[in-house]
Amino acid sequence: MTRRFAILALALLAVAVTPLHAQPPASRTMILSTTTSTQDSGLLDVLVPQFERKTGYSVKTISVGTGQALALAARGEADVTLAHAPALEKKYVDEGKMLNRRLVMYNDFAIIGPEADPAKIKGEKSAVAALTRIAEAKARFVSRGDKSGTHTLELNLWKQAGITPAAPWYIESGQGMGATLGIADDRQAYTITDRATLLAFAKRVGLKVMVEGDRPLLNIYSVMEVNPANGPRVNAAAGKAFADFMLSPETQQVIKTFGVDKYGQPLFVPIAGRKDEDF
Amino acid sequence: MSLLVEALRQAASLLVGGDGEIWGILWLSLRVSATATAIALALGIPFGALLALTRFPGRGLVVSAVNTGMGLPPVVVGLFISLLLWRSGLLGVWEILYTPTAIVIAQAVIATPIVTGITLAAVQNVPERFRLQLVALGASRLQMVWVVLREARLPMLAAVMAGFGGIISEIGASMMVGGNIKGQTRTLTTAMVLETGKGNFDVAIALAILLLVLIFLVNWALTAIQQRGASAR
Repeated sequence: MTRRFAILALALLAVAVTPLHAQPPASRTMILSTTTSTQDSGLLDVLVPQFERKTGYSVKTISVGTGQALALAARGEADVTLAHAPALEKKYVDEGKMLNRRLVMYNDFAIIGPEADPAKIKGEKSAVAALTRIAEAKARFVSRGDKSGTHTLELNLWKQAGITPAAPWYIESGQGMGATLGIADDRQAYTITDRATLLAFAKRVGLKVMVEGDRPLLNIYSVMEVNPANGPRVNAAAGKAFADFMLSPETQQVIKTFGVDKYGQPLFVPIAGRKDEDF
Repeated sequence: MSLLVEALRQAASLLVGGDGEIWGILWLSLRVSATATAIALALGIPFGALLALTRFPGRGLVVSAVNTGMGLPPVVVGLFISLLLWRSGLLGVWEILYTPTAIVIAQAVIATPIVTGITLAAVQNVPERFRLQLVALGASRLQMVWVVLREARLPMLAAVMAGFGGIISEIGASMMVGGNIKGQTRTLTTAMVLETGKGNFDVAIALAILLLVLIFLVNWALTAIQQRGASAR
């Protein structure tokens, strides 16, 4: 009995002392704070290893909501940020927390809803007009409600429409895009989704695209470097290297074709060198 | 239903034909949670035994605190350990946030009160007369504690199971302090959340099955020891 215990203890110890991993020196590691949608699309799984090979940096990618990604960077808890909430990003740039904001790529959002289309928005060109009609019809609408880039974009549209959406027809999921699509499908409600997640869920979500192609539905991604003044251990050199990498012609070419093999269409459009005013 | 069948096939092909990533995730989960359990045992058993065998003013308060700690929400632990390990945090100089070490720390914090509480209950269940008898027979205090712990070893295996089971299936803390980084801190539970978010339900279910099998195997081994020990008495 005691021997068996000793064996168990030894086994536990043997597992315990296995070195967890070799930590590379601090200056060679870099923290990228980004949004769940870039992670979910799989794009970073392709780009990050290329960056690591090219520069020798070891990247820790932290995928959270855009709000959190920027808040972490503003505290110096990250070295570079890839986000898609232009209004929020500009606020951080104006405050001097983020530096050198550059556009990287865009994909687009769509307003989707049940085939029955209770608010009669199918074919509407303007996203704002479509939301106005959803509110007038008090048709169910599921919002992310998580301060993500998608949520920020949605709130902007409501603001432009001059509407303060409210329960019971307005439902806040507080979850990621995938979970939100599931809820919207289940409740036969309208929602706003990015193209990549919609394509990934096409098999399981019966909702149809109602409104697309409107300018406010463009989802623009920017890369920003973290101001080293934000915190004691910001790796500014690594942050800049990653930002430059995202805008390099080779990377932009990878972005241009990403997703074609899986969905038959690219998920992102590269736009290095363009300005906000161009859109 | 067909989804479940598909998931079972997916689980099998992930294990056999996959690129080894799944084995890495499985191994990391096991390693991290085993290490955290070992730390929790090293801290929780002495502390639980001490609490069971001593009387001091304010003891009731400490025991209540331990019992509360047994239900410590992982997401709360994750949040506070994150604050501590942030670059701007108290232990920021260690630079261990988003590493397996950070997950081990968080999980040890979650499991230690569980081990302490169950040890406390197990040791208190050993009749006091038995302890007095030992002392009467000339046992030193340390020898007495050792024998009492040996006597309580079977219920204490429950502490190992509860501690390990609680943290291998935990998600909130692992996500926050680990960051779910591919190839570095992605555990079975965080991978499951990610795959669900991506809409890869078959992969998520496959991971769920692997997690359940892993927990079952560990508990099976522990139960075998426990039950054999029980019949030997």
